[in-house]
Amino acid sequence: MEIEEKQQRGIGETISIIEALIFVADEPLTVKTLAEVLDEDKETVQAAVEELARDYDGRESGLQIREIAGGWQLATRTEFHEEVRRFLKTRPSAKLSLAALETLAVIAYKQPATVPEILEIRGVQSASAIKTLLDKRLIVAKGRKETVGRPMQYGTSKDFLIQFGLKDLSELPSIEDFEDLAGGV
Amino acid sequence: MEQQPEQLTFDFDNVQAHINSESREDIKLTLGEFSGPLDLLLFLIKQEQANIFDIPIARITDEYLKYIRLMKTLDISMAADFLVMAATLIEIKSKMLLPREITGEAEEEIEDPRQELIDRLLEHQKFKNAAEMLYERVTVEQAVFVRGQIESDENNTETNASVFDLLAVFQKIMSRHKEEVQMEIEREEMSLAEMLKRIKTRVLAVGEINLIEIFGEMRSRQELVLAFIAILELVRTESVKLLQKNTFGDIILKKV
Repeated sequence: MEIEEKQQRGIGETISIIEALIFVADEPLTVKTLAEVLDEDKETVQAAVEELARDYDGRESGLQIREIAGGWQLATRTEFHEEVRRFLKTRPSAKLSLAALETLAVIAYKQPATVPEILEIRGVQSASAIKTLLDKRLIVAKGRKETVGRPMQYGTSKDFLIQFGLKDLSELPSIEDFEDLAGGV
Repeated sequence: MEQQPEQLTFDFDNVQAHINSESREDIKLTLGEFSGPLDLLLFLIKQEQANIFDIPIARITDEYLKYIRLMKTLDISMAADFLVMAATLIEIKSKMLLPREITGEAEEEIEDPRQELIDRLLEHQKFKNAAEMLYERVTVEQAVFVRGQIESDENNTETNASVFDLLAVFQKIMSRHKEEVQMEIEREEMSLAEMLKRIKTRVLAVGEINLIEIFGEMRSRQELVLAFIAILELVRTESVKLLQKNTFGDIILKKV
């Protein structure tokens, strides 16, 4: 490891503290926040958190340290979802309707997207789908567009990244990747 | 064409349109909905095994209108968007029927009346595929669990309410209050004498009552005011007295 040691803290200890912080955090912890708490530079923290994630992977833990919504998070592994659900007595939460998913797809790729733009692509009024997405905090209003009618613009939220397991928006496959499929109707 | 009934399911979600077509003439809609007219068109094109780049517009328009009629007979509330698309299809169909100007060299440059629709269908299809990808992602994500919240100052329920949460609660209270006021209109108005009698009988019967209890029973502002005056009156005529056991404690109405 070519990680520089700062202060008297060893890399092992840094990793352990990061693990503790990620454990208590409610939201994905950014490297920036970790660096501030630890008073280390970002590069050291980045390397340490990656090492920690590899460590979890390496010993086939029931947990994983994963990068999501621009931060790091401790979560259970997908493989054990049945057992976890049985214990928590939960079922998968209500899924989004086809209309809501389509609307979300348009907003995710076209953001900031306005209602007329969504209508153009979906061919259908999407007011109730937009409301559902706003209620679920998957999208947020991003001000009005300075054009005819000054329509409201929408973009995806941090919750969207979390719920869809994305590090950031660039992790979404390019919309052009779906074109091949489109031609093959 | 095939004789046996064919089952066509169209989409990844459980909210699917499910159509049994036993013959061309007899399409049965079993359940489900299309998320929009473009969806329905894509479905029909697939069903007709047509090429999206060369849509047999007359046939597809007929099928589309048949479906719309079916939706009407089944009393499925139809969005205006479906009708807009029907109009568009008919317009394209009529344009296709018009003799094309054969000017020789310019023939290839004449735009296909279907082009705009094709572009929209392709664009829509792309986002439909993107929606499917999102669906898969969220399904996988639902198999991942994170730790529950640890109590801290920030997520303490006492402090975690935002201004908007407060507004929402306030609105709820206001609407509840409105309902109460509406009820009050229907009820007969109560006079001060009646209120006096009511409270006096209560106190005499039970010996002592907490004021909060009395005020809690009042349904309207008017009743509250009446109760307040009535209590003052009862104290003045000395048929009851007011007790307070400790500073800021509850006030008790007690029979003398």
